[in-house]
Amino acid sequence: SVNPDLASERQTASFSVEKLTAQLDGGVEHTRLRRAVVEAIECDPVFSRENQYFQSQNERYESAVRKAVHLQKKMHEMGWTENGPEFKYIYRALSGDVAFLLHRVFMRSISVLGSDEQIAKWIPLASQYQLIGSYAQTELGHGTYLQGLETTAVFDTTTQEFILNTPKISAMKWWPGDMGRSATHTVVFAQLYVHGKSYGVHPFIVQIRSLQDHSLCPGVTAGDIGPKMNFEHVDNGYLMLQNVRVPRENMLNKFCKVQPDGTYVRQGSQKINYFTMTTVRIALISDEVVIPLMKACTIAIRYSVVRRQSKLKPGEQEAKILDYQTQQEKLLPQLAAAYAFHFLNNYLQELFDKAYREIQKKNFDMLPELHAFSSGFKAMVTQYCTSAVEVCLRACGGHGYSSLSGLPSLYTKILASCIYEGENTILLLQTARFLIKCFKTASTGQPVPPSVIYLAAVKHGKCPAKNKLDFLHPDIYTEAYQHMAARLVSSTAAKLQDLIQSGVKKHDAWNQCTVQMVQAAKAHCHYMTVKNFAETVEKLDTKAGIQKIMKHLCDLFALHGIFSSAGFFLHDGYVSGAQMDMVTASYLDLLAVIRKDAVPLVDAFDFTDKSLNSALGSYDGQVYQRLYEWAQKSPTNKQISPAYERYLKPLLHNMQSKM
Amino acid sequence: EALVMNDPDFQHEDLNFLSRSQRYEQAIRKSSLMVKKLREYGIANPEEIYWFKSFVHRGRPEPLDLHLGMFLPTLLTQATPEQQDRFFMPAWNLEIIGTYAQTEMGHGTHLRGLETTATYDPATQEFILNSPTVTSIKWWPGGLGKTSNHAIVLAQLYTQGQCKGLHAFIVPIRQLGTHKPLPGITVGDIGPKFGYDEMDNGYLKMDNFRIPRENMLMKYAQVEPDGTYVKPLSDKLTYGTMVFIRSLIVGDAARSLSQACTIAIRYSAVRHQSELKPGEPEPQILDYQTQQYKLFPLLATAYAFHFVGAYMKDTYRRISGDINEGDLSGLPELHALTAGLKAFTSWTASAGIEECRMACGGHGYSRCSGIPDIYVTFTPSCTYEGENTVMMLQTARFLVKSYNQVISGQRVTGMVSYLNDLSRQRIQPQHVAARTVTVRINDPVSLVEAYKARAAWFVEAAAKNLQAELNHRKSKEDAWNRTSVDLVRASEAHCHYVIVKLFTAKLSEISNAAVRAVMTELCLLYALYGISKNTGDFLQAGILTDTQITQVNQRVKELLAIIRPNAVALVDSFDFHDVHLGSVLGRYDGNVYENMFEWAKKSPLNNTEVHESFHKHLKPMQAKL
Repeated sequence: SVNPDLASERQTASFSVEKLTAQLDGGVEHTRLRRAVVEAIECDPVFSRENQYFQSQNERYESAVRKAVHLQKKMHEMGWTENGPEFKYIYRALSGDVAFLLHRVFMRSISVLGSDEQIAKWIPLASQYQLIGSYAQTELGHGTYLQGLETTAVFDTTTQEFILNTPKISAMKWWPGDMGRSATHTVVFAQLYVHGKSYGVHPFIVQIRSLQDHSLCPGVTAGDIGPKMNFEHVDNGYLMLQNVRVPRENMLNKFCKVQPDGTYVRQGSQKINYFTMTTVRIALISDEVVIPLMKACTIAIRYSVVRRQSKLKPGEQEAKILDYQTQQEKLLPQLAAAYAFHFLNNYLQELFDKAYREIQKKNFDMLPELHAFSSGFKAMVTQYCTSAVEVCLRACGGHGYSSLSGLPSLYTKILASCIYEGENTILLLQTARFLIKCFKTASTGQPVPPSVIYLAAVKHGKCPAKNKLDFLHPDIYTEAYQHMAARLVSSTAAKLQDLIQSGVKKHDAWNQCTVQMVQAAKAHCHYMTVKNFAETVEKLDTKAGIQKIMKHLCDLFALHGIFSSAGFFLHDGYVSGAQMDMVTASYLDLLAVIRKDAVPLVDAFDFTDKSLNSALGSYDGQVYQRLYEWAQKSPTNKQISPAYERYLKPLLHNMQSKM
Repeated sequence: EALVMNDPDFQHEDLNFLSRSQRYEQAIRKSSLMVKKLREYGIANPEEIYWFKSFVHRGRPEPLDLHLGMFLPTLLTQATPEQQDRFFMPAWNLEIIGTYAQTEMGHGTHLRGLETTATYDPATQEFILNSPTVTSIKWWPGGLGKTSNHAIVLAQLYTQGQCKGLHAFIVPIRQLGTHKPLPGITVGDIGPKFGYDEMDNGYLKMDNFRIPRENMLMKYAQVEPDGTYVKPLSDKLTYGTMVFIRSLIVGDAARSLSQACTIAIRYSAVRHQSELKPGEPEPQILDYQTQQYKLFPLLATAYAFHFVGAYMKDTYRRISGDINEGDLSGLPELHALTAGLKAFTSWTASAGIEECRMACGGHGYSRCSGIPDIYVTFTPSCTYEGENTVMMLQTARFLVKSYNQVISGQRVTGMVSYLNDLSRQRIQPQHVAARTVTVRINDPVSLVEAYKARAAWFVEAAAKNLQAELNHRKSKEDAWNRTSVDLVRASEAHCHYVIVKLFTAKLSEISNAAVRAVMTELCLLYALYGISKNTGDFLQAGILTDTQITQVNQRVKELLAIIRPNAVALVDSFDFHDVHLGSVLGRYDGNVYENMFEWAKKSPLNNTEVHESFHKHLKPMQAKL
């Protein structure tokens, strides 16, 4: 039975939860399909995650491998294929708790970087799991800055082989997933040398373990890099190579080739490769970032209507903690952000599909803008959502700290997204570089991509809002964001210009402006997110109350941003002090409005209890009972603690006998 | 320190590679040894015990924490002499190992809501303890799950049919000798957590469990044999302990943030990446402005919190002297101040530790960096000993009260005395801070004034909004709730002011000129960075102009460059031993990469060259396909 405190929340929904779910999925059909996939996975005990909080790193790894193997069987049974519509829901249903994810990256890199012969040779083997692949780029000493990689591949014309080496400890490959224990092959990125000349970083297929007994190949040292904050199920590995030889054909050579005599040849455009990198950054936003935030919101909000604490009115029952303004102010903006980024992700997907079609027509015009987008949004969304999940965790007080709440593992997992696929600060600086370039181009009256046209028109106007209700007009707040972003970009560009004109060297000037650039890039992304949210709301179905509640969330997301970064909006007087008071008032009013729909808004995310894997967030709200029963299953409770016999008993008895 | 470091008995495998059960076992082993050695060395001075303990456990929690930190002190302060005779020596000798069971599954900070009952039965002269609901099960107490055989249980006392509120009872929970739970007691471990792996946080459920009347701690309140209840003299006294523990948390915030800064700054000096100037070798990442901007303000914060922690300890000592002489007048302000500062510093430090970790990129995410452990161990202090938002609101209550006193013509003293200035400004209809403070951005004393003006502005705004709500609504509680976001901001601004003020005051006490110079730079950075992160407040309150804000932002960046040469020396001054930091990235000798490799080789996944999963799963799959 459903906890009455949670049940009552569902009776007052101002909109249809089922319709909103369909909206989020992109249509009723998608919802149906997703539910079918999730059901098929969750009813299979091999995929159960119930015990994962109790398991050691070794157990987690083994279970991930078992799941990966079982998944092949399952897909075959169900008739699912890697290219089928079900596929994207499988990962979601497994919550990513499965091995061989890097195997897919291995295959993709061969498909993108390999010649037709290479694809024909390796892809069938990989799809049949005759080998298990990984992708070894990052080294102990270098990550995002690829040119700094130190692994070497020297071409030997006499044997027609590349000789791969890890010349020093910092050159060791470090972090690649699936490489510590599982992989038999990996794509190694190394500095290519031919006849003593360096040609930069290139990819090589290297076998690292025997296909017979899985032992390490000669010259190869590999293993697991040890425990991390999360990803216990993944064997992130290290790899050291000592004079490991691979045939000339193992260099992925769609774009660059070394001929038998050692001649180095470039062919075709590498831009498509560039495009792949940006696609990966966008692809992770949904599964790795937005969905975990949605889960965290679901857990924290459901728990906050079940937990009662202290009294709001004397003589009454203790109040649900979600009725406290401070609790609303913690959680509801995070809920609004989850929706904002969901819609942003849809927008980015469309944009990328469009770009992909253009690129197939050999039109690469959109690439710089896309690259700037993918960098900036990846950084902004991962950072925002990571903080948001942490807010949810802390908002659950002591019980949030228990692994059984599910929140610690959501948090430690999402925060890795701030680092992989490009360190966030560096990505934001890339976006800033693009914005400053566009700003300069636009100021000279030349055309710029549509998303940054606004940079050309920095006005010195004032925000026209007259009362707090005016701040519920998307035009008013979107323009405030636009003004703020444009101001930050233009003032950073001006500052850079000043420094250079005053004789500071270009690179020094750049370094001195980087803090400002990061702010400008974030401001631009924040503006785009607000703008997209407002435009999405415009287009939503007006029926079933959906547009109305989404409009509230959009307002909340926008006003929360102004409220939290007030200084940026006040700085040049665009928003006045009195107007800022109106923003605050409207913002706080919205909390009370959205409060009423908080539970239906998380119900609409439609997570099963198994996928939440949380004692606090289950649909029925039987929080305390579940927590109690689950804790009893902890291995620490299964036997009398060996510590008692070994240490406590002697301690107690020793002391007693002395007395 | 050397005593422990050189003792082979205290050595063990890296904790990162151990399971929870193993970590618990290690901690218990060390605690047992520690007790033995303390006796051997004849260490009895509390300060020395504290240091010995912290070196044995390297600053980490351990299962006897609650026994030493709560059970024994509570006996000392709340037990009658007769009860002390009965319990204290056995507890001191660890025949009795106790814990302190207050928090329940359904209630934490809000103590009055606790549901455990203790009903007096005059026929047998016993209390009958019960956990009447699931939510009333005691949950979280450290050392309860596996270690303790006694607990001080907080329960609602019922006698002669009436509820007399919360009282403390000594409850035996496990059989001496066998360590099995006693009949009527259900006890166990609450399962895995974010951190605190070595601690057996536990649950406790009692079903008609009877204890003798003499087991109620009766130094203050009493129940007589016939069930007559005798009221305690004053209930303010228990505030003293809370204040003390909160002041310890502030010290903890400083220490944890200092450790994270030490690791991140040393590592940033070792790691080289990318290029600043074309053609030159890769620079240390600490030379990048963005990296300095992440780390140096946190370094300044760590120093600021050190001074705040020291101030709180002193104030506590001074005021507890007064309390012993019966003067309770200092308590309200102290209580209000410690609540807010506990919340402010633990929030800031918690977020700061995460920023340090993030500044170490991918390697920060590995457990070998040590920062994940610092974070998960420290972050629960945002919740325990008073949930932070509730703490902030307690401070706000005091601020509003002080504001109202000023408005009604009384003067207030102490850290809130700035509110007195408001009465002089009252003739002005607008916000007080509409007056311009001439702020000199290179003078810490002037910046203290700016922070003071901001605090005054927020307190007044919150108090006025509260009044407006009160005029609209009948319920006081409702009005309070509808103003609580404003009230929290007022508390934060007040705490921020107090910290800047204490940091600035400290500068004049430093006699060494070079040290004073570098501390002044850090103090300026702390104050200016705080402004640049909250520009909205200073602009809206009219304390600073647009131009000044731009200057502040510029000055922050100049200070980063000024502090850069001293950065490593400033973290070395914290003087953390490598063993204490537990970090490969933060090693004193900076030999990071080779030691990461050595560390990784010990990972449990590397125990065999070919993992058993290969034979169990991979090979069969490859054979089938």
